[in-house]
Amino acid sequence: MIKLRLPGWARLPRQPLLRHLLFGAVGVAFFYVLSISLSDFNDFQLGEVGVYAIAIAGLSVLTGVNGQISLGQGAFLAVGAYTLGELEVHQSINLVLQLLIAVAVSALVGLIIAVPATRLRGPYLAGMTLLLALALPFLSDKYSSFFGGDQGLITLPPNAPGSIDPQRWLTWIQLFCALLVVVLLANVLSSRFGRSFRAVRDNEVAASLAGVHVARTKVIAFVISSACAGLAGALLVLSTGVVNTGEFPLSLSIYLLAGMVLGGAGTLTGAWWGAILVVYLPNQWSQSIANAFHANHLVGANLAVIIFGAVLIVVMLAAPAGVQGGLRWLGHRLVTVSTGPKPAGNISVTLQDQPVSKQDRDGPESDRAATSID
Amino acid sequence: MSDASTDSLVLSDIGVTFGGLTALDGVSLSAGSGEIVGVIGPNGAGKTTLFNVICGFIRPDSGTISYRGQAMGRHQPHVLAKLGIARTLQGVGLVPGLNVVENVMLGAQGKTRSGFASAVFGLPRSSREEMRLRAQALELLGELEIAEHAWKMPTALPYGVQKRVSLARALIADPTLLLLDEPASGLSSDDMAELGQLLRRLRDRMGVLLVEHHMDLVMSTCDRIVVLNFGRVIASGDPDVVRADPEVTRAYLGEEVRTAEGGPGA
Repeated sequence: MIKLRLPGWARLPRQPLLRHLLFGAVGVAFFYVLSISLSDFNDFQLGEVGVYAIAIAGLSVLTGVNGQISLGQGAFLAVGAYTLGELEVHQSINLVLQLLIAVAVSALVGLIIAVPATRLRGPYLAGMTLLLALALPFLSDKYSSFFGGDQGLITLPPNAPGSIDPQRWLTWIQLFCALLVVVLLANVLSSRFGRSFRAVRDNEVAASLAGVHVARTKVIAFVISSACAGLAGALLVLSTGVVNTGEFPLSLSIYLLAGMVLGGAGTLTGAWWGAILVVYLPNQWSQSIANAFHANHLVGANLAVIIFGAVLIVVMLAAPAGVQGGLRWLGHRLVTVSTGPKPAGNISVTLQDQPVSKQDRDGPESDRAATSID
Repeated sequence: MSDASTDSLVLSDIGVTFGGLTALDGVSLSAGSGEIVGVIGPNGAGKTTLFNVICGFIRPDSGTISYRGQAMGRHQPHVLAKLGIARTLQGVGLVPGLNVVENVMLGAQGKTRSGFASAVFGLPRSSREEMRLRAQALELLGELEIAEHAWKMPTALPYGVQKRVSLARALIADPTLLLLDEPASGLSSDDMAELGQLLRRLRDRMGVLLVEHHMDLVMSTCDRIVVLNFGRVIASGDPDVVRADPEVTRAYLGEEVRTAEGGPGA
C-alpha cells in the first residue's frame, strides 16, 4: 500500500490534548454555521442533539468502553434536571455554577449507586439500573412538595447577551457543552484510564494482574457516565422549561442505549450519530412517515418504537460496529481502493496495521483508531 | 529451601480446599531475587492454584505469605504490581481490545503517577507519562524482537508473538519477582530455546518463579525445583537432586522425568 506522508503542518498534532481541541474547534465552527442557517425550531432540535450527545457519550464510555450495561441513564438525566430545577427555584446563582452543581450532584448520586452496582455484571447490572429508571417517578410522587409533583419545577431559559435570540443562545450553550464534554472524554479515553477501562471490559484477570484496580475502574466509568447524564438533564430542561418525571420515562433510557449502540458503542463521534437518531427518529421522521401513509398522529407516535427497532436490526446486520464503525470501514475501503491493491491475506488487520517508522515511535498517531475522538 | 531471607517471597504451610477436595496441603516454598525457581508436577497437582493464592485470587485456608519480609494478608490482585510482583497468565491473557503497545503499557499501571484530573484535562503530566511509557513499551518489544507488531491487534498475531507480548507486559513493570505460568506452552522449539536464554538473562534483574511442563526448559534454567503432587510438596532442591528423586519419577506415572509431559500444556 502506498503510504501517504503528509507535510508536518498538515498532520494532526501528536499531543492528545491539542488534537482533541482541534476537533473541538472544528465542531464549534461547524455548529455555529449550521445554527445561524437554521430556523428557530431546528435550533431547538439541534440543541437537543447536543444534549443527547452528552448523555450518549457518557453511556458509550460506560457500556462501549468499560462493558457495563446501564438501562438507567435516564434516571441520572433526571437527577441533573431536578438539581437545576431546585437551583432555579432559589434563583440566585449564574448558569455555569448551576450546571457545575448539577454535574456534581449527579456524579455523587452515581458514586453512591456505583459502589454496589459495579459488583454486578451484565444482565444483573442492567436490571438494577432499570429499577433505578422505574423507581424515579415514585420518588417525585412521594415527595411532591420538594419535586413539584405532577406539575414539576419551572425553569427559565438563560438570558441571552445583546440581540441574540434566546433560543439560539441556549442552543449554542448546549452544543458548546457537548463539544467540551466530548473533548474531555476523548482526553480520558486516550489516557491510562481509557486503557484500564478497555482492559477491565475485555479481561478482568489480566487487568488486575497488570495493577488495575478493577472495582475502582468500574466505579470511575459509572461516575463519568452519570455526571454526563446529569449535565445533559440540566441542559435539557433549560429548553423544555419544566422539570417533571414525564420528561424522563423509561423509554428515554432505552432510546439512549439504542442510540449509543446504533451510533457506534465506545466511539465519541458515534454519540453524535446516536443523538441525531434519538432526536429526529421518534419525533419527526416517524411522524412524516405516518403522514405519508395518511395515518393519524397516534400511529406516528407508536411507529417511532417500531422504526427504532427496525433500524437497530438493520444497522446491526449491516454494520455491527454502528454508524461510526460502518463509516470507518467505508472510509478505509475507499482509501484502500484509491491507493491500489493490498497484499492478500492481510485484510482483517489493516485498520491497525501500520508500519513503525522512526517518527511514529513515540507518536500516538497509530493508536488513533482506538483512542481518539472518533 | 525455605530460608526466609528478606528479599524473597516466602510461602509457609499454605493449605487450600475446594469443598472436600484438598488442592494445596501444607505447601512451603520461597523464591528470592537472582534465582529461578521451578514449580513442576503432574496436571492437577496444584501449581496454578498456588499461583492464584500468591496473586490473591484464592484465599488460603491456612498458612502465611510474605514478600520482602512484609506479610501479605488478604491482598487483592492489583496490589501485587505495586509490590513489584508481575505475573503472566496461562495461555496468553492479552486484552483483545487494545493493540500490542497498549497491552504492554497496561502492565505499567502500577507505576503510573498521573491522576484523573490531569487525564481529563489532558495535562502534560499525563501525556508525558504516556509518551514515556509508550517509548518504554516499544523498547521492550524491540528487545523481544517483536517491534514490527507494535501497532497490531493481538488476536491477529501468531501464538508465539502473543506470548512474547504478555511477557513484555509483565516486564514493563520492572518487577522484582516474575511469576510465569507455563510460558513455554505452545511454543516452537526455537522459541523455547530463546525463552530459556531470556530467563537466564532476567535472573540478574529479578527473581523468577516458573510453572512449566517442559522438563528440558525447567531442568536447564532453574536453580531450584519444587515438585508438587496432589497439592503437596514431594521433593525440592536443585535439578539434579529432583531428577534423581524416586518419588518424583513415580509421580510422573513411572515414566522417566525427561520425557514425561512433553506436549503443549493445558
